[in-house]
Amino acid sequence: MSAAVLETRGLCKSFGALTVADNIAFRLEAGARHALIGPNGAGKTTFVNMLTGVLPPSSGHIVLSGEDITAMGQAKRVKRGLGRTFQINALFRRLSVLDNVALAVAERRGVAQRMLQAASAHGDVRDESMELLATLGLAEDASIRILDLPYGKQRLVEIAIALGLKPSVLLLDEPAAGVPSLESHRILRVLDRLPEHIAILIIEHDMDLVFRFAQRITVLVQGEVLVEGRPEEIAKDRRVHQVYLGEQHV
Amino acid sequence: MSAHAGGYSADPRIRWIESLPWIVAIAAFFALPEYLSLGARILIYILYALSLDLIVGYAGIITLGHSAYFGLGAYVAGILAAKAGIGDPMVQLAAAAAAGALLGISTGAIILRTRALTLLMLTLAITSVLLEIANKATALTGGADGLSGVVVAPVLGLFKFDIFGKTAYLYCLLVLLLGWWLVRKLIYSPFGTSLTGVRENSLRMHAIGAPVYWRLVLVYTLSATIAGVAGGLITQTNQFVGLNVLSFESAGELLVMLILGGVGRIYGAFVGPVVYLIAQDLLAKQFPEYWYFGIGTMLVLVVMFARGGILGILDGMLANLRRKP
Repeated sequence: MSAAVLETRGLCKSFGALTVADNIAFRLEAGARHALIGPNGAGKTTFVNMLTGVLPPSSGHIVLSGEDITAMGQAKRVKRGLGRTFQINALFRRLSVLDNVALAVAERRGVAQRMLQAASAHGDVRDESMELLATLGLAEDASIRILDLPYGKQRLVEIAIALGLKPSVLLLDEPAAGVPSLESHRILRVLDRLPEHIAILIIEHDMDLVFRFAQRITVLVQGEVLVEGRPEEIAKDRRVHQVYLGEQHV
Repeated sequence: MSAHAGGYSADPRIRWIESLPWIVAIAAFFALPEYLSLGARILIYILYALSLDLIVGYAGIITLGHSAYFGLGAYVAGILAAKAGIGDPMVQLAAAAAAGALLGISTGAIILRTRALTLLMLTLAITSVLLEIANKATALTGGADGLSGVVVAPVLGLFKFDIFGKTAYLYCLLVLLLGWWLVRKLIYSPFGTSLTGVRENSLRMHAIGAPVYWRLVLVYTLSATIAGVAGGLITQTNQFVGLNVLSFESAGELLVMLILGGVGRIYGAFVGPVVYLIAQDLLAKQFPEYWYFGIGTMLVLVVMFARGGILGILDGMLANLRRKP
């Protein structure tokens, strides 16, 4: 077993009497292509929100590259290499595609707090952002405002912003959500080309995409890990079929 | 003058049209010598509105209590002049700026942990508390009677404040120029771009590792500093400080000016006070009892039909002209 770049130990989250994460033990290995699946309400987004620091866990630990980050704020987690995308686009809608990515690049490079020089004087930030957009096929859209961009491309900008942070771990929360199947292939192509050293955890409902992309799959049901394994193991697992299709179809 | 937004591809060079306000201001100095007192007041309110635009228009912080920083600056400059015998206008302004900054960072650090209505109510509470302190501390502030006896020495020991308001006008114009330069520089900087990011989507700013809270505290402090300077200027030009500088009405009036001009556009802060204060002056002469009806009508029209303010209307017209062959 290779080293885990991200690990959770006994992670729990409750809202009053409702338990949405129950003792989750999870490992994401360096360079992994890992998917987290489960029916609606399984606690997938809650799990991601705990990993990224949006929600504090009720108990348990989160370890990133050997460091316990459970009590760490969002910004510090990002600085330590944890990037994410959102299930529902969280973009700067009235800014250009370039500025959306440049904001992330500038934060990573530590120039975002500078006041005396114009932003456009930071050619390094702009060049890196343009390069990133080019790799995702968005170079021609750089000057377009997000408001005026087709939805499928907006999903790619979500990924571009996360990549601008040069993360060691990337959490993709339903990257193809709401995208027509034709365009979701474009997203898959982008995902396939992501740098190999980035460990990726994808949360996705599109099983076609999950089984094509992931090398390992974790199935979450009612806040608990039901099963984890290789895609072919998960595809055959009786409990997974039961969860997704119901008892009568198994 | 379109909306001024920074960004990594925005050209920060000053455009020719941006010299227009300064040309108008200098022309007014020569052409309208009998209105220089009103002119100085307008210039001060432009600076005050610029400070508000920085937090409302660019950082998305809503406030109804900006008069706290303006009023504190006004009282600090006034108390130094009337009670401590410090007449140097530069020292008074520096003290007003420092007081604004100090109050800005101490209150900002608390209230910026909240959002929306809670934040709005807290900003209102701060200015209300200060107003009551100023009202009760009569020995220092003159209370409801106001602080008189404000003596301001000549600017740089050379230019005496005259009864026609010439020195005051040019002095305010220079301070405004400095304030505008600073605000413009901020807006075009990476810091300004990140503020726009916070306004547009603070959730995402957190997710890219931005220390959102500290950025907001910093811009709030800068804005309070500029408002403090504007307050200092109003004391120096009026040579009197009344409780109204700390009132909620003053903060509301400022917000109305900014909305009229156009929020988040830098020059909306120029247009708004000019239109508002001139309209106020003219309407108050014609309809002493109902002058606010005219202002109210203007605001209703702008809010209903021109969300970008007067500059937004101009923007729209220019865009239409460009589209036509």
